[in-house]
Amino acid sequence: MVRFENVGMRYGRGPEVLRDISFTLDAGTFSFLTGPSGAGKSSLLKLLYLAQRPSRGLVTLLGHDVSTMTRAGLPALRRQIGIVFQDFRLLGHLSVLDNVALPLRIAGDGGPRVRDNAVELLEWVGLGEKLQARPTTLSGGEQQRVAIARAVISKPNLLLADEPTGNVDDHVGYRLVRLFEELYKTGTTVVVATHNKSLVNRFQHPRLVIENGELTDVSGVSRVS
Amino acid sequence: MARQPVLVPDSEGAGRFLPWVIAVMTFLATLMTAGALATDTAIRGWSSALTGTLTVEIAADPDADMDARVAATVTLLRTTAGVRDARPLERAEIARLLEPWLGRNGLIDDLPVPRLIDVELDDAAELDIGRLAGRLAERVPGARIDDHTAWLDRLVHLARGLQFLAAGIVLLIGLAMICVIVFATRAAFAAHHDVIEVLHLIGARDAYIARHFQNHALAMGLRGGLAGLALAALTLLPLGYAAADLGLPVLPELSSPPLPAALLLLIPAAAALIALVTARTTVLRALSRMP
Ligand SMILES: Nc1ncnc2c1ncn2[C@@H]1O[C@H](COP(=O)(O)OP(=O)(O)OP(=O)(O)O)[C@@H](O)[C@H]1O
Ligand SMILES: [Mg+2]
Repeated sequence: MVRFENVGMRYGRGPEVLRDISFTLDAGTFSFLTGPSGAGKSSLLKLLYLAQRPSRGLVTLLGHDVSTMTRAGLPALRRQIGIVFQDFRLLGHLSVLDNVALPLRIAGDGGPRVRDNAVELLEWVGLGEKLQARPTTLSGGEQQRVAIARAVISKPNLLLADEPTGNVDDHVGYRLVRLFEELYKTGTTVVVATHNKSLVNRFQHPRLVIENGELTDVSGVSRVS
Repeated sequence: MARQPVLVPDSEGAGRFLPWVIAVMTFLATLMTAGALATDTAIRGWSSALTGTLTVEIAADPDADMDARVAATVTLLRTTAGVRDARPLERAEIARLLEPWLGRNGLIDDLPVPRLIDVELDDAAELDIGRLAGRLAERVPGARIDDHTAWLDRLVHLARGLQFLAAGIVLLIGLAMICVIVFATRAAFAAHHDVIEVLHLIGARDAYIARHFQNHALAMGLRGGLAGLALAALTLLPLGYAAADLGLPVLPELSSPPLPAALLLLIPAAAALIALVTARTTVLRALSRMP
């Protein structure tokens, strides 16, 4: 599903912010990615959602070797990956409903089921009343749930969330993680990045711990040589 | 559910003035092209009037038998290769030509009016005018060839030069238009960078994102181009009517050859096409810098 072998990454000509990262994630697993601020969690997620390419090493995603793939092949791969960005990144000029429907529309599906799908998901995250609202009129927690609905509408094989619990209290954070758990049980591989240790400790899921650009603990996650 | 555009058009920044800039450029390009086409019409008019003909003029000589000189000249001309026909102008015809100056009072009979012979050529290139002039001078005293081709050549040369200038200016206008659209598109791209990045990361192909920019550019190009064409029509039509009174070509003939007029209609279409292709290329290039 996901396989990193001795991966390094740098931004432009800067220093390597990730070094010698090696691990594998099996299909339908749930993992936390934790570590102190600035350790490289977001950078590792960027490799996973193909916003960055590794500067060395081997990254295999969903059966594709990302380091040798042509640029033209990446959009199809990206459509199998759902992302909840740390800052949500909803499109302010579109309604909540259109934001959620966006991934399907981009993939070329203009059918009537798109709307039903989006409505169903928004009801699932408790926003059935706010279909036509603009994202900017929603609270932070509500925006986050819109972002989650958008991330899962295309039934991704890989779901990535960057600090989804960053700006909510522990109770809501806990509920969010439970929401993600519903997904991994349906076969999606889920990776949740967070520096909230107490939250991570409330669950039994495997965790990747990253410190200063290197993996220091991979309890419960298979580590490749 | 109303389908909203995924990218909002950039109505704040550089894009706002783009239709106006395109309108002005289309206006100028249309004027230039119309001028070049009118020059073409004029050249064709001069050429068909003047090539393939010459005039032989025999100076009046009160002591000589002018009719004999005319007859000798006509004989010589008719036996020259490349001459299709030679026809002496009757005194009456010459009198009619001179009527505006001399009046219809028989004054011409007392004046030493030169005799004229209209010569029609088969193919101007075939005839060695220098040799013909030499032979004429030998046989007929006072005969002189009025060959308009040298003058015409210089005129055509000048006209063609002006046409090249117009074409160069149209080309420069096109290049300037490309630059303006590149800058406007880059500004719009920068303004929407966050949205574009999201679209990119959730799997939008480059062509999908570029389509939004190119459609917008096409709409602006069409609007600007048509406005420019309308402006040009408002300028050219009165000018054309005024010039028609003087027999000057300003507009390419709108009726007889439909091609030149259609060419003017192509200019706004070209502006819109340039806008579309430039915006698309600019966006695709910017996107290719994203991994
Ligand atoms: N766009 C970028 N260009 C250059 N350097 C960057 C960029 N983004 C992150 N970095 C650097 O990479 C390192 C890791 O940053 P990253 O954002 O991955 O950390 P993080 O673990 O997500 O931190 P946080 O918990 O605060 O979100 C940091 O040193 C940071 O300065
Ligand atoms: Mg981060």
